[in-house]
Amino acid sequence: MSFDILNSSILALNKALREKKISCRELTELYLKRIKKYKDLNAYISVFEDESLKRAESVDKDGFSENDSVLRGIPVSLKDIFMFKGHKTTCASKMLSDHVSVYNATVTKRLEDKGAIVIGKNNMDEFAMGSSNEHSFYGPVLNPWDTARVAGGSSGGSAVAVSAGLSQISYGTDTGGSVRLPASYTSICALKPTYGRVSRYGVVAFASSLDQPGPMARNVEDLAAAFDAVAGHDEKDSTTSTRQYQSILGHIKNNVDGNEKKFCKKCIGIPRDFLKEGLDPEVLKSFESVVSVLEKAGFSFKDIKLPHAKYALDVYYIINTAEASSNLARYDGIRYGFRSTEFSDLKGLYSSSRSLGFGEEVKRRIALGTFVLSAGYYDAYFIKAAKVRRLIRRDFEEAYKTCDMILLPTAPTTAFKIGEKTSDPMTMYLSDIYTVPVNLASIPSLSFPSEFGSDNMPIGMQLLGRHFDEQTLFEAAWLLQKERPDWFNKVSVK
Amino acid sequence: MKYEVVIGLEVHAQLLTNSKMFCSCSTKYGALPNSNVCPVCTGQPGTLPVLNSKAVEYAVRTALAFNCKVNHQSIFARKNYFYPDLPKGYQISQYDEPLAVQGIISISLSDGAQKSIGVTRVHLEEDAGKNIHDDHGSYVDFNRSGVPLVEIVSEPDMRSPQEAVSYFKKLRSILGCIETSGCNMEEGNLRCDANVSLMLKGSKKFGTKVEIKNLNSFRFLEKALSYEVQRQTELLDAGKTIEQETRLFDSVKGLTKSMRKKEEANDYRYFPEPDLAPLILDENYINKVRSSMPELPDAKKERLTTRYSLSDYDAEVISSDKDLAAYYEDLVSNGLEPKLSSNWIQTEVMRVLNERKQGILEFPISSKSLSELIKLVKEGKINQNTAKDVFNEMLNGGKNADQIVADKGLSQIQDESEIEKIVDQVIASSPEQVQQYKSGKTNLMGHFVGSVMKQSKGKANPQVVNAILKKKLG
Repeated sequence: MSFDILNSSILALNKALREKKISCRELTELYLKRIKKYKDLNAYISVFEDESLKRAESVDKDGFSENDSVLRGIPVSLKDIFMFKGHKTTCASKMLSDHVSVYNATVTKRLEDKGAIVIGKNNMDEFAMGSSNEHSFYGPVLNPWDTARVAGGSSGGSAVAVSAGLSQISYGTDTGGSVRLPASYTSICALKPTYGRVSRYGVVAFASSLDQPGPMARNVEDLAAAFDAVAGHDEKDSTTSTRQYQSILGHIKNNVDGNEKKFCKKCIGIPRDFLKEGLDPEVLKSFESVVSVLEKAGFSFKDIKLPHAKYALDVYYIINTAEASSNLARYDGIRYGFRSTEFSDLKGLYSSSRSLGFGEEVKRRIALGTFVLSAGYYDAYFIKAAKVRRLIRRDFEEAYKTCDMILLPTAPTTAFKIGEKTSDPMTMYLSDIYTVPVNLASIPSLSFPSEFGSDNMPIGMQLLGRHFDEQTLFEAAWLLQKERPDWFNKVSVK
Repeated sequence: MKYEVVIGLEVHAQLLTNSKMFCSCSTKYGALPNSNVCPVCTGQPGTLPVLNSKAVEYAVRTALAFNCKVNHQSIFARKNYFYPDLPKGYQISQYDEPLAVQGIISISLSDGAQKSIGVTRVHLEEDAGKNIHDDHGSYVDFNRSGVPLVEIVSEPDMRSPQEAVSYFKKLRSILGCIETSGCNMEEGNLRCDANVSLMLKGSKKFGTKVEIKNLNSFRFLEKALSYEVQRQTELLDAGKTIEQETRLFDSVKGLTKSMRKKEEANDYRYFPEPDLAPLILDENYINKVRSSMPELPDAKKERLTTRYSLSDYDAEVISSDKDLAAYYEDLVSNGLEPKLSSNWIQTEVMRVLNERKQGILEFPISSKSLSELIKLVKEGKINQNTAKDVFNEMLNGGKNADQIVADKGLSQIQDESEIEKIVDQVIASSPEQVQQYKSGKTNLMGHFVGSVMKQSKGKANPQVVNAILKKKLG
């Protein structure tokens, strides 16, 4: 094949498809073949081979018209948390291992409407709870850069699918860093949109006030295209914003591309106080080199303070567990999902089905969440956490009075070894230290790859923005990609 | 009795929306099990609630009808517990920031005095499904799951089972008037839980309360409360203490049974529902709903007493049902005297409605037809007794009073010469009684009138009969 599919952006693929330089079937076949070849990475829970090829053929047959989305005919994958009618949605849990979606998530529907080809559903941490993608009923996802290491979680399968070239783009969900952390560990881009930007309808809920679906891609323009396809108000999700969404890919192509200087004048805040404890010196070094690239490009920098950010993890583990304990109550073995046969009464049906159907991490969080909502503890934990959450939001509001974006590492370290932290959940939770404040504040954050550490593992950084100002993040990421194209578009395995 | 009874009620009323509270499924009663369901109301993974604005409007109407202060911001909360009929494992309700607070309604006591009962709060919540058990197993029907309800919580202001019943009746009459709730207790769209405790007379401190769940008729409410008051009285008299618990009323045996003790009570772990934004209702919205409110029973009663000079009792009976009141006012506007109209309604019409367990809207005689009948009496065309027969005839078929009177020749005989003939016959045929009458036994007049009426087949005008008899008998 003369056309280099894996190193092409969606825009380039779209052009090639329109000009019939490649067929949609060829494109889809390539990804399906690679999924088979790299099966051991365990990035997929299900693959829809025949169906995808059929759909690809119909795209080839029907061709392209003027107004078609750039995603038409593009193979995409979904974290196995998005409902896809007639297909399994397992959430990587024994509880839902046989669960077939009875309806489409809004994200799925919007992709299908645009003609994207959903080739499979990705492995993940069970019910999106985890930072390493080791907590899956289907086994851990391996990091393609070093298969002894974790992929990051919870959207680890999605990150590996994109990084290893097992799909063009993927969609994950981010509750406390779940698209950004695995993106950082696998050298790809990921966006945690502003809360309310992308519909949660049909996305299995983990922590409703924090969950946000987000795209993952090998380069900035693919990320923009992926975001454009799903963003915007959805009447089925009352927490989505009704504000008009403007195409970001269009903005980059029409306004930014070629006029870069105009967009390099924005100010980036750096919370130095927050860059201390537990931060790997190599990650800090890479952070500084990102600063100098952006500085050279014309951005200005400013020291800012996020005084309450140090409480973010504590707050996060109260709020996410509390909401999870309620959201996961519906898995009771009554209507769908796993039902134990070992019971003699109703209470036994519940406890046996839930004890056997959920994994350890999920049960830990349900127990914690039930505790923090209990009478007598509610005020001390949940209410206190909700108050501190407001303080963290206010920290960001204050900071954004003097800067337009904030730069932070995505993770304090590179990907760790499989099994290294599974016995110590507290250490595992620390991986999320730079990502959770974003979810607590409901702001957007774009994670992008920077350099590699001495362990030959990728490092990632993130730019945090104002509410609903993803556009500024994309401008900066686009400029950065122009400056350092070598950081982007990497395919981790041949 | 040395104890004072303290009762508070929590009433759940289904709101009459066409669709459910958080999805577009129908709320129609009596559909095949699990035919009015969708991914949202069966709690499928990934589904989200979208608030039905009609349910909000109806709940605000309800709150205003109970003179509540509607909060500009209220919060939906999750009430967490496990039960097969609760598909999400939590019920979306309202907790510490309800839709409305601080209402008041007034009830009539047995001596006719009025008493104010405080309404603590009115909030919105969704109903659960229904568990069904038979010999083969247990099933769940989710048709009712997600149907919107308002919960109306009273202050512990009632001091007897009778007061509680009259509060519940008043509440139903108001709900019926504002047309936001189905008030059909058999279909379960109006239910009540009662909290009841005893304290020594004169005490300020309430005793330990017991909750009785799911009382769905006025009779059961009264029976359950009376039983519970008796039970608690006996316990206290025996020097025992009351346990805080939830009890169920057994309507067959007429007693309450313990369902769960305080220690077994659920910890509902309420917290704000993250899938729904706070409900913001501005003054404009509230005023708009207020301006669309119909006349409430109290105002109606007031108007009926002043405008038509009805007694408090008559006005109360008629105003308690807005359709009945409309029927009444139709009679009056057709030119009948207010008191006469009220009498007809309270005797003949109410008798039939009670017998048939029907509402006035199902009553076969229109207000226009009934007016015509009453006018025939007033104009002396038929007498009162004949009118009752004609009324009964009208119940059976579409004929109007004139037709029935004409068909059956029931028209009153007015013609004096014709009546005089009959009178003469009667006098001629009973010389003994005439003798006795003339010698002072004037109460025999009734006998003569009766005989004349009998001979005229009830059609003779009684006044004319009287007058002629008096003249003839001297």
